[in-house]
Formats: sequence, structure tokens, C-alpha cells
Amino acid sequence: MAIAREAEPVGSLTEVREAGLDRDDLLGVYRNMLITRGVEERGHILYRQGKIPGSFYTGRGNEAAAVGVATAMTSEDVGTPLHRDMGVHIVRGVEPWRIFANYMGRVDGPARGRDGNVHMADERLGMIAMVSHLPAMLPVATGCALAFRIREEARVAVGWFGEGASARGDAHESMTFAGTRKLPIVFVCDNNQWAYSTPTHFEYATEHVADRAEAYGFEGVVVDGTDVLAVYREARRAIDKARAGGGPTLLECLTLRMEGHAVHDDAFYVPKPMFERWAESDPIESFRTWLRANAELTDSEEDEIAAGVKKLLTSSLERAEESPQPDPATLTDGVYATPEDLDTPHHK
Amino acid sequence: MAELTYLQAISDGLRTEMRRDKRVFLIGEDVGVYGGAFKVSAGFQEEFGPWRVIDAPLAETAIVGGATGAAMMGLRPVAEMQFADFISCAWDHLVTIAAKQRWRAGTPVPIVVRLPSGGGFSGGPFHSQNPESSFAHIPGLKCVCPATPEDAKGLLISAIEDPNPVLYFEHKHLYRRIKAEVPEERYTTPLGKARTHREGSDISVITWGAMVYTAEEAAQQLDADGVSVEVIDLRTVMPWDKPAVLESARKTSKVLVLHEDTRTGGFGAEIAATIAEEAFEDLDAPVKRIAAPDTPVPFSPALEKAFIPQVEDVVAGLRELAEY
Repeated sequence: MAIAREAEPVGSLTEVREAGLDRDDLLGVYRNMLITRGVEERGHILYRQGKIPGSFYTGRGNEAAAVGVATAMTSEDVGTPLHRDMGVHIVRGVEPWRIFANYMGRVDGPARGRDGNVHMADERLGMIAMVSHLPAMLPVATGCALAFRIREEARVAVGWFGEGASARGDAHESMTFAGTRKLPIVFVCDNNQWAYSTPTHFEYATEHVADRAEAYGFEGVVVDGTDVLAVYREARRAIDKARAGGGPTLLECLTLRMEGHAVHDDAFYVPKPMFERWAESDPIESFRTWLRANAELTDSEEDEIAAGVKKLLTSSLERAEESPQPDPATLTDGVYATPEDLDTPHHK
Repeated sequence: MAELTYLQAISDGLRTEMRRDKRVFLIGEDVGVYGGAFKVSAGFQEEFGPWRVIDAPLAETAIVGGATGAAMMGLRPVAEMQFADFISCAWDHLVTIAAKQRWRAGTPVPIVVRLPSGGGFSGGPFHSQNPESSFAHIPGLKCVCPATPEDAKGLLISAIEDPNPVLYFEHKHLYRRIKAEVPEERYTTPLGKARTHREGSDISVITWGAMVYTAEEAAQQLDADGVSVEVIDLRTVMPWDKPAVLESARKTSKVLVLHEDTRTGGFGAEIAATIAEEAFEDLDAPVKRIAAPDTPVPFSPALEKAFIPQVEDVVAGLRELAEY
């Protein structure tokens, strides 16, 4: 039996307006989802061309979850997106050419060639670069929320994790601490049902990951992670609540990881009917259909958006390929910070 | 100048910074109402309030990871581990995030983790360790090991001011045993600058933390033999004052490296290797190491005495070197 609240889908345009999005916003959301998928599709091509060292990860199927949550954040809020959350970087304004540069290990990627794939963040855009230890960003996000609470700022931290990462102690410690102190944080679980090859029933024994929230003293909500508007509405509620001093929420976005863990993995262990069923609720296709039915999205608007995204991605790729390789002579620079490094808006 | 114990000097340094800079806050288990397991922060919560002296749940990962996040948002957290041994629970956060974030992502992480360390009171395997070498090995972390009350205050202030993650190892055996005059005003003691605890001309002892006093006692005994022993207190093992160590080695031509941590892979090995690489021609004897044996820290006083290097062990080592 579920303990968490199972969120309803969003019905009408009126309801969406009430949640804070006008028609232009909706088209922006649609565009961001297209860019998110497009960046990863182009990245995959680059990988096959041998231009991306190491491995390559995508978040196909998670576009609505990432874009929906990020759209609900304000520019003052901060977050710790993970490797299925490309949409968060896109919504917060990381230019795609810098993402391609990061994939290829070039100096213009946010990680300047020092770390790869989605291990990147633009701090100026309110994000903190993830590490491979997946729930490890939750205590960091909790610390951001602690800072906001100490300074009594109306800001919220958003910490992402997966259902696999929910098994680690970091998740427990973060939620315990955030719950006891009612910190302004939203824990977002991208539950894509497969932690590499491990299914959910070997990761947690409750019906939902969000059922745990009750035990930490705050609300758990499960939402269809392929429904960008429902995700947005629930994220907005949780963020507004945190901002108002109401404490944390655990928001679980249920999706399916539509590709392997990384591109080397053909996901043979995922039953084919499962892929087929979830392909029917592709987040981008579903939202496009909704926009046509509820927001009068026209053919020409659709074409214009698609063409704009295509142009952006093509020019971004060209620009990224021009970005230089890092200079090996700089390898040992910056292991330690200097006092000048603290000369940022955060540290004033 | 007031005479303060080593513990009072730590409190004084922390209080000084918390009064001066409202970004500085303390978080740890029992640091608030109780004032810390060793009372370093006694009275702090009354003065600074519950949001600057934060009683955390028993969750070291949340404490250190939380300090990291708060630092990224512009605060200057000081996190207390109740015992240095418990830093194992937060290893991941120090090593995976705090240590690497500046190099990897350009994000400085100005945190201090206070670590009551060291043995000598039958604390057993989990309340007595000196894990500084493990962290000195991790690029991006700094490790501070004060021996005197004056340094305890000055190094703590420097650690809080430093834009990097700094592990501040405060030796429990020194807390109430060592007392000395400490300037009342604010001052900083630079990280990476060794201190000559005792000048000498025949043998150099390179050490830090509580072993400074063991070395001092041994050196006094060697005086009677007519052997002049110099004691260099490193103060910080990362960064460590290589020029001062090499200068002393070149002056005396014989070196004993002494530490309370276990021998294999201990920081003394790095010092000995550096001296061998860079001052070989100036040496009149092989560099000697005295350290704890490669075992967990024992509980029984009889065993613990055999574990922690004693004055007589150092005397014997110094005599060997003198006769070489």
C-alpha cells in the first residue's frame, strides 16, 4: 500500500495557468525538452564517431522529469542534477555547445576537460557538479538548504537521486537531517526503474521510494515522470512549500530508462514489453499531443520550434569542435583554491 | 597574554572567528547544548544561538556533506567529528567531493573538520587513531596538527580562513595537559610553516602533534650524553614545510622521523623519502623512523604503551643515530 500521495495528471490549460505557466512558457518547456533530447542524440553520434572519450550516458525518457522540476525553480534556487537530468542544465541556461565541449573533454566545457559526460555544472547558474557516487550530492544539497536556513533566505535547494541511489546511507542521512531541521529542500527521485541492471524490487521493498518520506517527517509524492506538466505542478508545490518554511518534500518521478545504463549497455535485462509500454508515453510526444489538444499548437509553430532547435544544435556542435583540448601543462593547476577563488557572489 | 590549555586555545580561536565573521558556524554531534564531547564549544550555543552551533543527528556524512554544501553557498562551516576515528563515516564526502571540487569544477570548498585524535588514555581502536596520513595523501585536502596552545589557536584561525577543506587534528592527550601563554588578540599561524621547537646541531627529529613533547623529553636525555638534538614541529603535514626539514637535515646530517600514527605508509615515509631524494649527500646516517607498529590501537594500558612511541624508544633511536 502506497503511503506517498500519488499525484493526478494535469487536465486543462486553466489548471496549468493556475500552476504558473502561460502559453509561451509551455512552448518554452516543449523547446527545452527537444533540446535536452537533441543534445543527447547528437552526443551519441559524437560518441560513435569516436570524438567522446570514456563512456556516454543519456537520460532518454527522463526529459519531462528534469525539465519539469527545473522549470519550477527560480534563478536563486540551487540544485545538484545527475546524469539523467540534462534537462536541468538546459532549463537553467547552459549553452549546448559547452555541453558538447564537456562531452569531448575540451576546455570550454564546464569541467574544462577535467571531468567528463554530465559531471559538470555551471555554478553561476545555481548548479553543483555531480560525482559518480550517486546519492552523494544529497548531503551537499542539504547543506545548501542549511545555508539558506541559517541566513534566513527564501531560497530552496533541489537534490536529485535515483531509485538505485536511494539504497545508500547518504540518502537516509540527508533526509533525516533535513526532516529534523525542516530545511528548504526538495529531494527529487528519478525513478527510472533500473539501476544499471538491478530492478526496483532489489533496491527498495516499499511500493514507492517516496513512501519513505513519511518516516522522515515530510510529504512524499509520486508523479508520472513522463508528464511534464504534472511534474512541474508537483515540483512547484514542493518548492513553494519549502520556500515558505514548510520543510522538505520527497518527489518521486516515475519513468523508464529507455536506453542502457550507458551506451555500451543494450539493456537486454529489461523485458521488451516494458519498453513498448513506456514508449507509448514518451514524454516529448505526450506533451506535443497535449499542446495540440489543449493549447492550440499549430503545425507551423511546431516546425518553427523544431527547426530552431536543429539549428541551435548544429551550430553548437561546430562551435564545440573548435574548442581546444586542455593543455597538459595545466594538469596540476588549481588542486588547491586561492583566496581569489572565493571572490564570487556566493562568498560575499 | 593569558595562560590557556590547548583545549581552551582551540575554543578561543573558534570563538574569535565566530565573533568576527558571522559566516562561521559549528556543526557536529552534541556540540550545542552539551558543548561538545570535550567541551570545546561549551557556552557557544548560548552566545551564538542554535543556528550557528548546530546539534546534528548522528550522521557524519550529513555533517561533512552538509558543511560542503553550506560552504559552496558562502558560509564557513566548522564541522566537529566527536572523535577523529568517526571521519571514516564521512570519508566519501571529504575525498570524493570536498577534495576534488576545486580542481574538477572550479568550486572552492572552505570547510574545517575538527578531529579530536590520538591515544594515550585507553580509548581503544575507535577513539585513539591518528589518520592524518590517509588524508595527506588526497590531493585537495590540507591537514593541520597543532602541538602548542598558541598554534592551536593560530592554526585554527588560519584553517577557517583558508579557501580549502582543512582537517584540523586536535590531539586529545594535549587538551588539558598542555598549558601556555596565548595572545588574546586574533592572529594567524600560517599553514605549511614548521616551527623549531628546540634547536640542536647533531640530530634532527621531525615530528608533529603530541610526539613533539615525547621528542623534547628524549632530547633532554640526550643532552646528558652530550648529543644536541633539534626538534622540528611540522605543525601541518599538508602542506608540509619541506625547506625547513631539508635545512635541518643538512645542518645536523642525521634525521629521525617520529609519529604516533602507524608506520607503513605513514606520513613519515614521505618525509624520509624526500630527505633521501633531496639531501642524500648531506646525510651521515640513514633516515630513521619511529612510529606505532602496524596494528589497530590497543585498549589495555600495557598494550597501548607498547603501541604509542615512548620517550625511551625515541632515546634509543637517537642513541643509535648518534653512534652511527
